[in-house]
Amino acid sequence: MNLLGKLSWDSIPHDPIVLTTLAFVAVGGAALFVFMTLAKKWGWLWREWLTSVDHKRLGIMYIILAFVMLIRGFADAIMMRTQLALSTNGGEGYLPPHHYDQIFTAHGVIMIIFMAMPFMIGLMNIILPLQIGARDVAFPFLNNLSFWLAVAGALLVNISLGLGEFAMTGWVAYPPLSGLEFSPGVGVDYYIWALQISGIGTTLTGVNFLVTVLKMRAPGMKLMDMPIFTWTCTWANVLIVASFPILTAALAMLTLDRYLDFHFFTNDLGGNSMMYINLFWAWGHPEVYILVLPAFGIFSEIVSTFTGKRLFGYKSMVYASGAISILGFIVWLHHFFTMGSSANVNAFFGIMTMIIAIPTGVKLFNWLFTMYKGRVRLEVPMLWTLGFMVLFSIGGMTGVLLAVPGADYVLHNSLFLIAHFHNTIIAGAVFGYLAGFTFWFPKAMGFHLDPKYGKISFWCWSIGFLLAFMPLYVLGFLGMTRRLNSTDNPDWNIWLYIAAVGAFVIAIGIASQLIQLFVGFKNKDKNLDKTGDPWNGHTLEWSLASPPQFYNFAKLPKVEDLDAFTDMKEKGTAYQRHESYEPIHMPSNTNAGPIMGLLSTALGFALVWHIWWLAGASFIGLIVAFICRAYASNTDYYVQPDEVARIENEHLDNVAKG
Amino acid sequence: MSQHDHDAHSHGSVGSYVIGFVLSVILTVIPFWAVMTSAFDRATLFAVIVVTAVVQIFVHLKYFLHLNFTKEGKIDTLSFIFTAIVIVMVVALSVWIIYESVLMMMY
Repeated sequence: MNLLGKLSWDSIPHDPIVLTTLAFVAVGGAALFVFMTLAKKWGWLWREWLTSVDHKRLGIMYIILAFVMLIRGFADAIMMRTQLALSTNGGEGYLPPHHYDQIFTAHGVIMIIFMAMPFMIGLMNIILPLQIGARDVAFPFLNNLSFWLAVAGALLVNISLGLGEFAMTGWVAYPPLSGLEFSPGVGVDYYIWALQISGIGTTLTGVNFLVTVLKMRAPGMKLMDMPIFTWTCTWANVLIVASFPILTAALAMLTLDRYLDFHFFTNDLGGNSMMYINLFWAWGHPEVYILVLPAFGIFSEIVSTFTGKRLFGYKSMVYASGAISILGFIVWLHHFFTMGSSANVNAFFGIMTMIIAIPTGVKLFNWLFTMYKGRVRLEVPMLWTLGFMVLFSIGGMTGVLLAVPGADYVLHNSLFLIAHFHNTIIAGAVFGYLAGFTFWFPKAMGFHLDPKYGKISFWCWSIGFLLAFMPLYVLGFLGMTRRLNSTDNPDWNIWLYIAAVGAFVIAIGIASQLIQLFVGFKNKDKNLDKTGDPWNGHTLEWSLASPPQFYNFAKLPKVEDLDAFTDMKEKGTAYQRHESYEPIHMPSNTNAGPIMGLLSTALGFALVWHIWWLAGASFIGLIVAFICRAYASNTDYYVQPDEVARIENEHLDNVAKG
Repeated sequence: MSQHDHDAHSHGSVGSYVIGFVLSVILTVIPFWAVMTSAFDRATLFAVIVVTAVVQIFVHLKYFLHLNFTKEGKIDTLSFIFTAIVIVMVVALSVWIIYESVLMMMY
């Protein structure tokens, strides 16, 4: 038996671009390692952060993961755009098909699964428990484990860069192309295990936050009193719990096809690849609503806060989100109208898709009516929101156009489609996360981001987005299909050049994001948020210090109104000093999460390379680690009243001074 | 939160279990009898089997899974209904999609 499975020296790619990247990663990693060691920060990192079960810290780590993967995914994007600009008009460009195909697959997988999802889950982690007046999530250890499963998936994708290859199938990995016959390498296996492991983490997150919302709301808060961001996250979690198992099952069947010679999706021996496509999108369509619904919630909070008004049509907003969630489950066939099911099937799914525009339109009008006669403060989060409302509408309208089966037969798999979904995901979901990032950054970290670079970032993202994707709509109509490595149609040249320029403008936008972080951090002492309520907020998270007390609420708040904190401020019951406090029951940090995450990475890696002894060992290790955690006795502790009183009084003194 | 604060509504009494059991037996015996004695023609027979099976599902949900519309039980029932709707939608529509596409390939 070979101890290293399929792994050998030949597994390291000999591509100069990959080798340069690996060299940079090695140098950067070494520098970081030396810095951490010299600063003696390893113990602190492990005890305070990596093993933390505090939802706020986990949220911050999720967002760090999202930013790292954003840079990785964007590097893929800019390589594709420059390749297409260089290889038009008959040129070859600099990326051979073997490499280029991996890049567009990795770009899709990373941006959806390892950038957008962690960003969304990170914001939800930080804010949702605070908004409902809870001290933590329902299952704090599970929350930590979910994070580490997401990291395990992200690690596998990044390992594939230096060892072996990534899938060359596109991010959807349709069989028979992703089957063993046409993809004999390890690329699709990396894809399968990265998605499978992180997908299980996401499912656990969904369960965790649903229980949190149902069981841990502050006294007096009914379901229809929950802040709108909490509501949209809750709908997203309902979708996660209902749809991610479909992905798990579809991937499991693809795994059986590839590993154990099953024939679910092969062309011969009774398989049917259409079944995979059907299952994939039965998950994939709800997935895009999982991404965008929380972003809608963020925009709602921001519009309401920065106009100083109560959100217009709160109830219709909740029901519209519910309608989108249910409808999101009966439209998936519009991703494969052209597979050639009957006209009745296409008509049904086409009409259902168009109907989704109605609840989404309701939301847009609610935001407009909230701003109507309000005093709009044009801070950075509000800029993102206004940009979203303009740009996302274009994406919505092209979506309705694509929902017409006849039009879809023309535009299917063309760059028009690429432009459409980037329009909704960037101008919808990503703008929402970046808005929420600026909005809640002072809450999570205790100081403001630099607004100047925030504004530069917004304008670069918006203009760059228009430059990069409006030409793609045109190219779609000119007949250019997606995933081309090189082209030779002179009519396409100019549009491909403009799109490449757009990618570089977005690059400046991303750089400004990092600069605003850096400048904000450098001027930290000047930009401190001492009151905990920098924007005159409406909801409970703003009643706490910035960053929040680690136990969140010293006494659980009594909620009497939808905008609970505004209500308290108006009644004069905010910032009350209490004579005495009860001891607070808190979960202890645990090393079971990172250990299980590491073992999952090893398990995934071993399964990719067929290293069976390692797969067995890490699987047994996973079970043992879980049993040890299940029988651990020191899983909680109490914060004593005198410590609570000290922390609370310090915060209230700051508020009084501020 | 204590683990026992919802005991009151979630674990029925001996009486309710007996009722549930008896109803289930009756609903099982009817189709069994219909098949064994060939009392009906084929179409009616299938209808009898399907109807008694569906009714029995509801008996199980009420007496054994304790789904109800009281204040405490509502959330369980609603989540069950949501799950059922999603499963029915996904499975039924998938069957329809694949069935129709296979049909198209035969032309």
